Order: sequence, then structure tokens, then C-alpha cells
Amino acid sequence: MRSPLTVNALAAATAAALLAATGCSGGEAAPQDTPAAAESGAAQAETVTVEDAWIKAATQEEGMTGVFGTIGNPGGEDAAVVAATSPSAGTVELHEVVTGDDGNPVMREKDGGFAVPAEGEHVLEPGADHIMLMELTEDLEPGDEIAIQLEFADGSSTEVTVPVKDYEGANESYEGSGHDAEH
Amino acid sequence: MEPDHGTRPRPPRRGALTRRLLLGGAAAGAGAATLVGADALLRSSRPDAPAPADDPGLNGERTVAFHGPRQAGIETPPQAHAKFLAVDLADDTGAEKVRRLLRLLTDDAAKLTQGQAALADSEPELAFVPARLTVTFGFGPGLVERVAPDAVPSWLRPLPEFATDRLREEWSGGDLLLQICSDDPLTVSHAARMLSKDVRAFGGLRWAQDGFRRAHGSEAPGTTMRNLMGQVDGTVNLEPGSADFEELVWGRRDNPAWLRDGTGMVVRRIAMDLDTWDRLDRPGREEAVGRRLADGAPLTGEHEHDEPDFEALTPLGFPRIAEYAHIRRARSDDPAERVFRRGYNYDVPVAGDAGQDAGLLFVSYQADVERQFVPIQRRLDELDLLNEWISPIGSAVFAVPPGCAEGGFVGETLFER
Repeated sequence: MRSPLTVNALAAATAAALLAATGCSGGEAAPQDTPAAAESGAAQAETVTVEDAWIKAATQEEGMTGVFGTIGNPGGEDAAVVAATSPSAGTVELHEVVTGDDGNPVMREKDGGFAVPAEGEHVLEPGADHIMLMELTEDLEPGDEIAIQLEFADGSSTEVTVPVKDYEGANESYEGSGHDAEH
Repeated sequence: MEPDHGTRPRPPRRGALTRRLLLGGAAAGAGAATLVGADALLRSSRPDAPAPADDPGLNGERTVAFHGPRQAGIETPPQAHAKFLAVDLADDTGAEKVRRLLRLLTDDAAKLTQGQAALADSEPELAFVPARLTVTFGFGPGLVERVAPDAVPSWLRPLPEFATDRLREEWSGGDLLLQICSDDPLTVSHAARMLSKDVRAFGGLRWAQDGFRRAHGSEAPGTTMRNLMGQVDGTVNLEPGSADFEELVWGRRDNPAWLRDGTGMVVRRIAMDLDTWDRLDRPGREEAVGRRLADGAPLTGEHEHDEPDFEALTPLGFPRIAEYAHIRRARSDDPAERVFRRGYNYDVPVAGDAGQDAGLLFVSYQADVERQFVPIQRRLDELDLLNEWISPIGSAVFAVPPGCAEGGFVGETLFER
């Protein structure tokens, strides 16, 4: 089942590729390996897929929530998501969940982002890696569709539109915060 | 030799190929979808039919297409299990929220019916055995009014009161109906839970009714259902694919344009007093209906589908099929007064000595409820010996919108006018 909510990634990816090809990266800090990626063919934003993505519903007052889904890489070269942004969040971080000092799971920023190996995938799911939307600028209500921009290691980027769903899980604490993030 | 369960491949994420949207690779996805379709065609001339008993494939892997001009779950050969969920929309659920709800429900139904986990599915493994799962949406007047107040079909309202009705509020009405059918009750339960979670932010459950038929594989597909009174129930029915079905179920008549390729739906909970039915001997039971219990043949015929002879008399000069017999009363001289029945049995555990809570979930589809269903029910209400043992205790009417294509959602035509 192709999710209609993720298809518009194509247009953004194409735009990103054009930007990369012309050497204009829109002010983003282009990683050093961008020329190599361009020589070898497709930018990561063109190759990588996002499947079955969803966001846990949250209010602006709650302030933060998680984005989940499967990032696929049918291409022959490794890719990585290194950053994300969204108009619905003041801050977006790429998180992992690890066992904290007290033995409970805590989440924290993941060094190097999400690696997506060639012909592999990287699963974002509650209790594991996820994209964290913080400083929400609006309530994210079930059925809303939220834009998320993903930035890749080669400097390319793509936009996906992700539906919001009611979900009771994904309540890990934020490392050092001492309270549930309720994302 | 037993297969080694430890090394089995992951349970089929059916259709997973078609879900992979390579950026810029839509054509590859379409090719995969065609292959899946061809596979289904090879297995059966009617891919949504249950697997015949000698089919070595697993019935649990069978899927019924979700997308299409008409919703599945109506012409689909009835699955063994059903759950009907009626939702009351919250007061603050207006048109825009209804649209969001329908998108969520459509997306989940589209995935679950194809054996894929829904988004945010906390028990994804339960989704991998669709067993011909279908999810069929029906809209009560409350939903249509919120979106398009001038587009409510004239018949989309509670049925007129009948003298034999013993209706209870807890089994009646509803703004949105979800009919969930599968040959596997665990699949039905999981789908219902996922869809119910979608509803939470928009309203609450008004009622839920479970129904069952014979288990998959117990009888040859196409065998007419028996109800809990032991009767063959549903012999005279419209045949999917026939010209009559096309006209009387899918026919537009005077329905609003958004209902093209949709229909009308009646759900009635008919309680049976099986304890008093027990007191009736076999000839009395057959006379009440006008059919033989053994095979459902009319009392004037040899086979189930023989046409009843309502003129035939006994040697004493009485009608062979009594004036009060159910099949005589249900019959109309007007061929337009026919409906398509797709009901289920229900049997709810009762604690203590309160008797048994059992009966029939009467479900019928017809393009115009007022014109087709109401006259039949009026005649049965006036006279039908079966009324001694049965009472309608729940009643609801819904408009069944058309289906949708991939990327669309069920009910979108209501928003496009």
C-alpha cells in the first residue's frame, strides 16, 4: 500500500537534486562528500524512501512528540538522515532510546543521525529511534498532516507529509529531564 | 516432515512490494501491484471468494480488494465473522474533522484488509492474517448533516415505528457505521480495535454487535445461512452481479449524486425467544415459515430454490403455505420491493438464569430503504406467525458511500459536491 501522504517527497527531492547539481545548496552547509555523491548518481534524497510514517498526537502545551516510520534505501550506497525540521516544531532532533543510569529507557540525541545502509532500511518506532518534534507550534491532532523536512548526509533534502495518529505508547523520559516527555 | 518453525520467513507482509514507493519509481510499484492481482486471479475466478475446502493455500492469506468504485463487504461472499460498530460523533466534530476521521479510517482499513499493519499498530502481527477482511463504511444522518445538510437522502432516517418493535436505544441509530467482516474472529477483533482507536478523538462508540455464520470450511461456499431457530435463512435473495442486484442495490434512483455506486443499509437486531420456540414441534415450525427445516424447500416444493406455490391447498382446502407464513408475508407482487440480505447470527453469553440472548443481526442493502425495505417490514409487522418468537430490539439506517481509489478516502464524494 503506497501511502498517499508521503508521495510529495518526489518533488522536493528533485528540487534538492537540482540545487545540488548547480552547486547552490540553499545556504545549507553542504557536506564535503557532496561532489562524490553527485558524481556517483542520485542524491540520497532521491533514493531514500519513507514508508508508513506517523506522528503521535500531542498538544502544543505538551510541547513535544515523536515521528515514526520506516526509512528505506533501495540504492547501492549508504545514506544517512542527519537532521530534520518542521514548520510545526521549533526544534527537531533525531533521537535514540538507551538504557539510563537507573535502568529505565531514556531518549537522547543520536550521534551522526540515522544511518540507512545500502539496500537496507532504518526503522523509527516507539521505544527506539525516532524523530523528536519539540517546541510544538500548534496542536497536532489525529488526522492532521504535518510536513517534515529530512536532510541527508550528502546535503540533499526532501519533504514528507506525515499523518497524526492517536497513540498511547512512546512515553520514554528525556535524558536528564527527570520526567516523561509524553511524546 | 514438519517444517522448522524456528527458521520460517517472517509472516507475509502481503503486498509489501506494492507499498515501496521509490522516489521516482512509481512505475515499478504499479508493476508489482499487477503481479499480485494476477496471482489472485490464478487462484480463483472470484478472488474474494473463500478458498474451497481442497485448496492447499491458507484462507487466512486471502484478501479482498479495498479500493474500487464500490465498497467491498456487500457483494463479497459473506465471511464467517462480523462486527458492526456504530459511532456517535462528538458535538465539536464538524465537517473538517469528519474528513480527517474518514481519512484515518480509510488508510487503516486499506492496510488491514490487505494483511498489513495499520499505522501505529501496536499489535502488527495480528494484521498479517486478513482472511478476506473487509471494512465497509455507512453514514448515519448525523454524519451527512454535518458535512452536507442538503444532501441527506430522503430515506436516511429512523425507520417508521412498527407494532412489533421493542427497540432499545443502545442498539439503535448511530452517526457512522463500520461493518468489519473476516473469516477469522481474531482478525475482526484487531481491526475493530485499530479503527476504534482512530475514532476516539472524534466521538465514541454507540454500540457494537458481533455476528457469526458457519466457520470457514464447514460448508460449501454459497450455502444459504442457517439462523439459530434452525431455519435456512436467506434463500430468496438478490444475486450479486445480476441485473436485479445492479438496479435494486446499486441503482441510483433518486439518491443524491454523492451516493452514486453507493447504497442504503438497514441493520436490525432481531431477538429470538428460543425458550418458547422450543415448545413448538417441527410441523408447527415449518408452518410458521412455510419452508421445510431439513433443506429450506418451500412446503409446496422439493428443493430449496423451488418457487413456492402460494395457491396450493391441502386436502382439507387450507392453503399449503399458510396465510400467516413468513415467506408469504415477506413476498411482494412488486418486484421493486426486494432487498439484498447479508445477515449474521448473534449469541451473547448471559449470566444466571436470564435465558439466552440470541437472535439475528438482520442486515440488508437496498438503494432506497423507504421504497424497498419498509413495505416488506410493514407486511411482516401486520401478520407473520414468526412474530410470536422474534422481536426487533435494535434498528439503524445508513447510507453506504461509494468506494475510493488509492489516495482517496471513503466518503470523499460527500465533500466534493
